[in-house]
Amino acid sequence: MATGTTFAHRHILGMEQLSREDIVHILATADSFKEISTRSIKKVPTLRGHTIINLFFEPSTRTRLSFEVAAKRMSADTFNISPSTSSTTKGETLADTARNISAMHPDIIIIRHSCSGAPLFLTRYVQAAVINAGDGAHEHPSQGLLDLMTVKEHRATLSGLKIAIVGDIAHSRVARSDIIGFTRMGSEVYIYGPATLIPKGIDQLGARLCASLEEAVRDADVVMTLRIQRERQNDPLLPSLREYSRQFGISRHILSLARPDALVMHPGPVNRGVELPPEVVDGPQSVILDQVTNGVAVRMALLYLVMGNS
Amino acid sequence: MNVSWHIRGGRIIDPANGIDRVADLLVVDGRIAGPAQAVPPGVVEIDARGLWVVPGLTDMHVHLREPGEEYKEDILSGTRAAAAGGFTGVACMPNTRPVNDSATVTAMIVARAAAASARVYPVGAISLGSEGTHLAEFGEMRDAGIVAVSDDGRPVRDSQLMRRALEYASDFGLPIISHSEEAALSTGVMHEGPVATRLGLKGIPAAAEAIMVYREIALAELTGARVHIAHVSTAMAVDLIRTAKSRGVPVTAESAPHYFTLIDEAVSGYDTATKMNPPLRSAADREAIRQALADGTLDAVATDHAPHSILEKEVEFDLAANGIIGLETALPLTLALVRDHVIDERRLVELLAVNPAAILGLAAGTLSPGAAADITLIDPERRFVYTADQIVSKSRNTPFLDWTLQGRAVLTMVGGAIRHTLLAA
Repeated sequence: MATGTTFAHRHILGMEQLSREDIVHILATADSFKEISTRSIKKVPTLRGHTIINLFFEPSTRTRLSFEVAAKRMSADTFNISPSTSSTTKGETLADTARNISAMHPDIIIIRHSCSGAPLFLTRYVQAAVINAGDGAHEHPSQGLLDLMTVKEHRATLSGLKIAIVGDIAHSRVARSDIIGFTRMGSEVYIYGPATLIPKGIDQLGARLCASLEEAVRDADVVMTLRIQRERQNDPLLPSLREYSRQFGISRHILSLARPDALVMHPGPVNRGVELPPEVVDGPQSVILDQVTNGVAVRMALLYLVMGNS
Repeated sequence: MNVSWHIRGGRIIDPANGIDRVADLLVVDGRIAGPAQAVPPGVVEIDARGLWVVPGLTDMHVHLREPGEEYKEDILSGTRAAAAGGFTGVACMPNTRPVNDSATVTAMIVARAAAASARVYPVGAISLGSEGTHLAEFGEMRDAGIVAVSDDGRPVRDSQLMRRALEYASDFGLPIISHSEEAALSTGVMHEGPVATRLGLKGIPAAAEAIMVYREIALAELTGARVHIAHVSTAMAVDLIRTAKSRGVPVTAESAPHYFTLIDEAVSGYDTATKMNPPLRSAADREAIRQALADGTLDAVATDHAPHSILEKEVEFDLAANGIIGLETALPLTLALVRDHVIDERRLVELLAVNPAAILGLAAGTLSPGAAADITLIDPERRFVYTADQIVSKSRNTPFLDWTLQGRAVLTMVGGAIRHTLLAA
C-alpha cells in the first residue's frame, strides 16, 4: 500500500526469508498504520470477517497482547489458545492440533512455541497464513521488524549504523532476528556477552563478535540488551545475576562510551538492575516503550500484508 | 527350497582369499564349493555377467525393535529390509522392550530369527536394563547366542562399570560395542555449530563423542580387552582411534553411511528424518570419516538402522526420536565412495562384509570353499529412485527418500537360499 511493490510472502516465518525490499515495504506499511492507534476510535474495517487464532504454546504477555490489539484494531475476530486451555496437555500432537484448527478455517494463525521450527512445521498442516511470534531460539520476526522500525524513526537511515547487542545471544530468538534484519538493512551488528551465552558460529549470521563490552558499545548508535537467565535446565550459565550486572550490564558509564544520542533498547521483559540499571531503563536514551508502541503497528502491517497475499 | 546354484560369469571380489576376478562360483547344498568340485547335473545357473559376486554383507549395528516396538519394525520385516539391501546378516542392538539383558530375551530373538530373511546376531546389554549400574550375565547370553555386548543408545556413564564390562566380556570372547557419548554434553538435538546457531537448535559438540572415545581407548589399553566404537561421526574421534591403533590398542570402529554422505546443513528444513544421535556433523568431519574408511582407521560401515513411525517423527524437531533407517540405502551410498575414488571395490567389501564378521567373530565374510553360501550379487551400475512405496522396512524415516541412488544388491543368498532378487527368473 505505501509502496508500489507487491508482498510475496504467504507466511512470516523469519527475517531470514525477508529481502531488503520486503522489510522496507513492511516498515512503510507499519508507518502508515501507526496513526490508527492514536485516534479516539482505534479501529479500521480492513480485516473485518477474518479469523485470527493466537496459538501460544509458551507464556507471553506482551507479544500476544500486541498481536491481539493489532488484530482487533483491524476488526478481525481473534481467538486465543494457550497451553493450559489447549488439548496438547492431553497428549495431542502439534500436527493434530494444527489439522483441527485448520478445519475451522481460520485466516491467520499466530504461533509462539518453545521448539525452533514449529511455525514451519505448522504450515504443512494448515491452509491459513502462519505468523511466527517466536520459536525456540530461532526467530522472532515481528520483534526484529519493530526494532528496525524504532531505530528508523530516530535515524535518517539504517545503513552504516553500529548496533550493539549485549547479553544472552545463545538462547535469544530476538538476537537472531535482529542480527539478520539490521545486517540486511546495511547496519553493522556487534555482539557481546559472557562466553557461556555466545553460540558457535554466530558471526556467520553477519554479526561481529567483540572481545569486550567496551568494544561493543563504543560509538554505537544503538545498544540493545537481552534478557538474562542464570540457569537453564541444569546448565550452569552464570554464577549470579549480581555478577552479571557488574561485568556485563549496561551501566551509565558503559553507555557513555556510545554515541551521545545512542538509543537504548530491550525486547522485554527487563530484569531491572541486571541487564540495565533503572536509571538507564527510564533514562532519556531509552526507547523501550517506543518499541512496544511500534510492535502494534508492525503486527497490523504483517496481518494486512499476509491477508493481501492470500 | 533349492540351495544349489551355479553363478556364472560374475566378478568375484573375495578379499579374505585375495580374489578379484571374473569367474564362476558353484554353490552346492547351501555351501560354497571348491574349484575341483564338478557341477552336479541339474544345478540352476545364475547369469552374473556384469555383476559383482561378494561375500554376504553383515550390518553389525541395527535396531530390529522386537520385542516391544513391533509397530516400528520386527525381526521378519527388518531382515527383509536387510536382504533387500544386500545384507545376509545383522547384529541387533539390545535396546528393545524388554532390553535384551538376559538369556531369555536372547533366546526369544534367536527363535524368532529362525524364519528371518537374514541371519540375526543378537547383541546383549552391558548392564541390566541398560541402566548403567549392574552388569548383565554375559556368559548366559553368550550361550544363548549373543555375539557382543553394548548399551547402545544409553551410553555407560560409570567408568568403573565400563572397565569391569571390558574385563568380564573378554572372558567370553565378546567385544564391547561402545556408544561413545558424554551425556552431560549431549543435551542438544543436532551438531553444535553455525547451522545449529542459525536454526536456533541446541547443539551437541564433537567433544561429547571424543571424550568418551578416549575413555574407551584408555580402558581398552588398561585392560587389554577389545572395544569397538559404534557410529563414529567426528574428526576428533577418528584422530583418537587412529593414534590408538598405531600403538596397538585393541580398538575397532564403524561409521554409518549418513555420516559420510550428509552434513548438518541437511537439518535446515527441520526435517526430523535428519535427526539422529550422534548427529550429522560438519563438512570437515564428513571428510575425516571418508578418509578414515579408506586408510583403515575405521573398520566397518554399519547402518545404525533405527526405524521409527510417524508417531515419533511427525513432531517438532526438538521432540522427535533419534534415528533413521539405513539397511536399503547403505550399499548404494557406500558404492558412491568407490565412484568418488575414496575407496576401491575390495575395500568396500572389507567394510561391509569381511570386517564386521571378523569383529563379531562370525564365520562369515568369505567365499572360501566349505563356507555357508551367504552371497550378495551387486549391480554397481543399476540406478533406482528410493521412493516411499518401495521401502521394505516397516518405517520410512530416511533422509534419502526420493534420492536417485546408483548400485544395488540384485540378489541376496543366505545359506544358498535366495532371500531377495531383482534378476529375471
